[in-house]
Amino acid sequence: MSTRLVSGGRLIDRTKPITFRFNGKRLKGHAGDTLASALLASDQMLVGRSFKYHRPRGIVASGAEEPNALVGLGEGARFEPNQRATTTELFEGLTAQSQNHWPSLDFDIGAVNTHFARFLTAGFYYKMFIHPRPLWKHVYEPFIRQSAGLGKAPDAETKDSDRYEHFYAFTDVLVIGGGVAGLQAALAAGRSGAKVMLIEQTAHLGGRAPVDGGTIDGQEPGAWVDQTLAALNAMPNVTIRARTMGAGIYDHGYVLGYERVADERPGTDGPRHRLWKIRAGRVITATGAIERPISFAGNDIPGVMLAGAVRDYVVNYGVSVGDRTVVVTNNDDAYRTAIVLAKAGLSVPCIIDARPLGGGALMEEAKALGIRVETGRGIAKVLGGKRVTGVVLCNMVGEGALVEEIACEAVAMSGGWSPVVHLWSHCGGKLTWDADQAAFRPDATRAPIGADGQANVLAAGAANGFGRLQNVLQDADVAGKMAAHALGFDAPKDAPPMGEDAAVKPLMPVWLMPQSAHYGLRMKAWLDYQNDVKVSDVQLAAREGYESVEHTKRYTTLGMATDQGKLSNINGLAILSDALGEPIPQVGTTTFRPPYTPISMGAIAGEARGEIFQPLRRTPMHGWHEAHGAEWEPVGHWRRPYCFPKAGEDKHAAVAREINATRQSIGMLDASTLGKIIVKGPDAGKFLDMLYTNMMSTLAPGKCRYGLMCNENGFLSDDGVVARIDEDTFLCHTTTGGADRIHAHMEDWLQCEWWDWKVYTANVTEQFAQIAVVGPNARKVLEKLGGMDVSKEALPFMTWADGTLGGIKARVYRISFSGELSYEIAVPANQGLALWEALIDAGAEFGITPYGTEALHVMRAEKGFIMIGDETDGTVIPQDLGLGWAISKKKADYLGKRAQERTHMTDPNRWQLVGLETVDGSVLPDGALAYASGKNANGQRNTQGRVTSTYHSPTLGRGIAMGLVLNGPDRMGEVLHFTNTEGEPIAAKIVSPVFYDPEGEKQNV
Amino acid sequence: MLIFECPYCGVMAEETELTAGGEAHVKRFGPGSSDEDFETYLFHRENPKGVHFERWRHANGCGKWFLAARCTNTLEVFGTYPAQTTRPPEPILEAIRAKRPGFQWRDLA
Amino acid sequence: MSDVKTAMGAAQFEGIAKVEALPATGMITIRGTFSDAGFGKAVCAAAGVEALPGVRETRLTGGKGLLWMSPDELLLICAYSAADRTAHQLAEALKGQHALVANVSDARSLFQVQGRNAREIIAKLAPVDMAPSAFGPGMVRRSRLAQVPAAIWMTDSSTVQIMCFRSVSEYVYGLLTTSAELGGEVGYY
Repeated sequence: MSTRLVSGGRLIDRTKPITFRFNGKRLKGHAGDTLASALLASDQMLVGRSFKYHRPRGIVASGAEEPNALVGLGEGARFEPNQRATTTELFEGLTAQSQNHWPSLDFDIGAVNTHFARFLTAGFYYKMFIHPRPLWKHVYEPFIRQSAGLGKAPDAETKDSDRYEHFYAFTDVLVIGGGVAGLQAALAAGRSGAKVMLIEQTAHLGGRAPVDGGTIDGQEPGAWVDQTLAALNAMPNVTIRARTMGAGIYDHGYVLGYERVADERPGTDGPRHRLWKIRAGRVITATGAIERPISFAGNDIPGVMLAGAVRDYVVNYGVSVGDRTVVVTNNDDAYRTAIVLAKAGLSVPCIIDARPLGGGALMEEAKALGIRVETGRGIAKVLGGKRVTGVVLCNMVGEGALVEEIACEAVAMSGGWSPVVHLWSHCGGKLTWDADQAAFRPDATRAPIGADGQANVLAAGAANGFGRLQNVLQDADVAGKMAAHALGFDAPKDAPPMGEDAAVKPLMPVWLMPQSAHYGLRMKAWLDYQNDVKVSDVQLAAREGYESVEHTKRYTTLGMATDQGKLSNINGLAILSDALGEPIPQVGTTTFRPPYTPISMGAIAGEARGEIFQPLRRTPMHGWHEAHGAEWEPVGHWRRPYCFPKAGEDKHAAVAREINATRQSIGMLDASTLGKIIVKGPDAGKFLDMLYTNMMSTLAPGKCRYGLMCNENGFLSDDGVVARIDEDTFLCHTTTGGADRIHAHMEDWLQCEWWDWKVYTANVTEQFAQIAVVGPNARKVLEKLGGMDVSKEALPFMTWADGTLGGIKARVYRISFSGELSYEIAVPANQGLALWEALIDAGAEFGITPYGTEALHVMRAEKGFIMIGDETDGTVIPQDLGLGWAISKKKADYLGKRAQERTHMTDPNRWQLVGLETVDGSVLPDGALAYASGKNANGQRNTQGRVTSTYHSPTLGRGIAMGLVLNGPDRMGEVLHFTNTEGEPIAAKIVSPVFYDPEGEKQNV
Repeated sequence: MLIFECPYCGVMAEETELTAGGEAHVKRFGPGSSDEDFETYLFHRENPKGVHFERWRHANGCGKWFLAARCTNTLEVFGTYPAQTTRPPEPILEAIRAKRPGFQWRDLA
Repeated sequence: MSDVKTAMGAAQFEGIAKVEALPATGMITIRGTFSDAGFGKAVCAAAGVEALPGVRETRLTGGKGLLWMSPDELLLICAYSAADRTAHQLAEALKGQHALVANVSDARSLFQVQGRNAREIIAKLAPVDMAPSAFGPGMVRRSRLAQVPAAIWMTDSSTVQIMCFRSVSEYVYGLLTTSAELGGEVGYY
């Protein structure tokens, strides 16, 4: 059984006990423990079930690479699935549940799958669920949904109770990884004078070195780490953040750092996670290396662990994973584990070394401690079910015949170390195959490139393929100095510290143990623990023709679990390359993509949730609308009142009431969102003549003109009323959605094409609150407010005037989008509410009625006025809409003119705008197509028109619509056929689009 | 995420401060132009795997449009320059020629 | 003027920094050619400063002065009540030149973040290097705060002022107060 040793554990504080719960069971640990170390200390070897076969799974690793020990962490608003126990710091009251089993971890029905393993091979899902098709919906899909996913999703209705945030940081040199390489690199760069930031994913700086031993400058590595940290902390140009993982490297030195600010102290003030958005001149990846498992039968049984992890648990946490541990290796490093175990008083029955001649100095040291070493041997299979009971020793050469059974509780395996090249690779860094170490390492000649065209990422230390302490420190020192130098900082010419550790004998690649393991062993030799991919699966994929590593990955799901194959990729790749008979570098790796380990959705969202999920734009009268029960309509980021329902009134009734009140007496609309752009300068008229299809330069000061804007493709893009303020100043109104876009459009042409024209623009949309006062009684109400002459004579239709209304400085436009007598009043935004309320008071005797966007839409449709976005969709030209009158024939040029001369634009068969009146008075569905006879080449019914706007008109008491129809204007009175939303036929007559007051008598009074 | 130095305000602006505006140095053809010229103006764009000239606007910034020479393959930026020109500045072209022998882009080489 | 109602009134919040909506302030957009004869003189006179600000600089004294907005745009800051008159007088003074003067006092909102952590509040929201070595009093930066455009300047080493569009005032106030919530110290600068 695994247990806590009576002494040792450099990271734990035995004076601070911590109580936590695992699957409801109360367990104890210490401050400084990870959940994994505390579970092992409590003999909780079994921590989960595998994805496909529901095999018992135990802790394999001690860090971010852990594939098995995934738990559901926390409860309620803090529940989170798939959290790695090895990277979860223990805290008082932590609760965790194991995953992927039913009814319990110890007894899991799904484990029956392991007996069908023969049938659940690679590509099982593709093969099984393809036929017969009808079974898909009701049999296969529910089955797959049931079995998919490891942890359960948090309750959909529960909101994450924590806070998250982002932080933008800028640095010269960013060092990712706080092991001895990262520390030395930071020191070298910092001493050069560069601004340095170092981030480390765990809570502790120093990495593996304090566990692995050796000396640095004659000191224990731990002492050197403390001393170096002190030196770095004393440097004002160096920042160190622990618990901050380098999640991804992106273009031009952009790096995401994922800081776990308060995971270990939930419920405290402040954010739980912080996503660092770092821009670095140079990035040093000192991300260390990850140990590889060895592929032998039963290598997934709880108790089989990475040799380095076994060592970590003893040294860092004072935890023994078993009284008797068999070490199996192809390299010298695993001997360190045997030595650590022996020195801790634990038994190592045997070190099984696949190399015929075994290792070097460390082997001699182990032997001197009385440990049995078997060279040229391997493990044929591991014995045991939910935990290890022993191993079968065999010769490396051969199929795995039994040499001897060795009883043990744990197996410490080491297949060599793979540099963590993920971050190096994220942004295009290439790799080279190092045959000596049987690992991919960064190729410095093909590094990621920054904005300046220079390599901007440097790998250092173990992440750069170095194993020996001296080489690691030297490499890191060079990387730190080079990074700083590249940015113009001169490094002091000092030597890196001296590292000393045991000389090692070369590793021997072992991709399968024993070399010719028979099928029965290979189908129990796991590559990917989490996704249940075995040696036999990859071999099957190769036999079935999967040659590309990317295809094999997807077919077998190798490396596609939440750990993204940190342990399995190289082993799987080697098996594939062997099966294909191609060298490993030719087969290549799959693509490394960010994030390095999963990051929380909360961290990605940052502050953007709840009220500030996205900006809501509010007019100065927003609060009034809200207080008066407005139903909102989103228009871009604006919220505009759709209508103002009264108690007991539905939206339909409210809209009808608002329209009737406006047409019969007076209504008012918050039109503040309309775009308002000042265009000023000696060339302003010339510029607007280019921008609008109309002639604007001839507009007299004091007058207004409706204008159309097209893009260079000829298509209508915006419309609005232009007011000429004085000789060289215009004010252009745009649509609500068009304000920013049209302002940018103007600036684009002024800056990039006609930069010698003397024109300035200013977007003053938000300077003004604008209120439309509409209806036969509009003038009376304004006269009641008083302050300026708003008579027909002083302020005729399509003019504007400055003055005051009710004591507020105002500009009043006589323009109408409803067909009624109408004034649009612009006042400084800060006085918008005051004017609005003054109008409400003054208009009370006339029953003044605030109306929303829907009443606006219906009234404009009754008048046959087009709406950008309804009648236009980016393929419609003004000529399609009967707006030829607004296109100047005198102008030599305007934006879109040349395009409108193209044959497709002058085609007489373009659909054109008409009114549509349903025969039965009902409302046509929006977007409905009018049928024509016959079918097209695809067998679909031909069409001859479509509905662009459709409403119930309370004024006319019937459905009205506008639409684009083939030869429409020539077909007045003809009946077209549509279907309604129920699929029933509905007929509509082609009529004029102007349904109401065609002579325009009401607006011009 | 890309960064460009805005030639107007000197800010090293990241992409979220900018809006992209497609190809630079497109010559406008208006009324009276041939179908071929107009088609070229409206539709024909370069799509190099290599150095490209682009329009960017410092929209969340000083609001100015500028032009950039950027390699679409390595993302190396050879320089940014004001939009009020029909041709890239010579020093930028020199830098491109030095690093990309045989470089060609429309009528530039 | 009693009817003047800014978007956020006198809203304020105390967390790891003090966040407050500033009262109505006069703001005038000026566009022109800075080197034109008479332009600088007229503008400086209107703003009560000695010289135009350089690129990304501010020239502010006693709540009055100029901010550099772009190579052809300045923002004049003055008392809210003086904005209309100042804009009118400046427009008159620039008559005959190609220039644009517009009172935008109501189109914008101003906020202030004050305290030891003021820089951090901004750095949580804007892709701007807020380190003292990169940004400080006398400088102005136009960028974005989360999802909306904003201009940022410092009036002293622990006070940041923020200008945004009026319509998004509540959003910006929400951003600033959320970032200033207790426990949010980063300890970076």
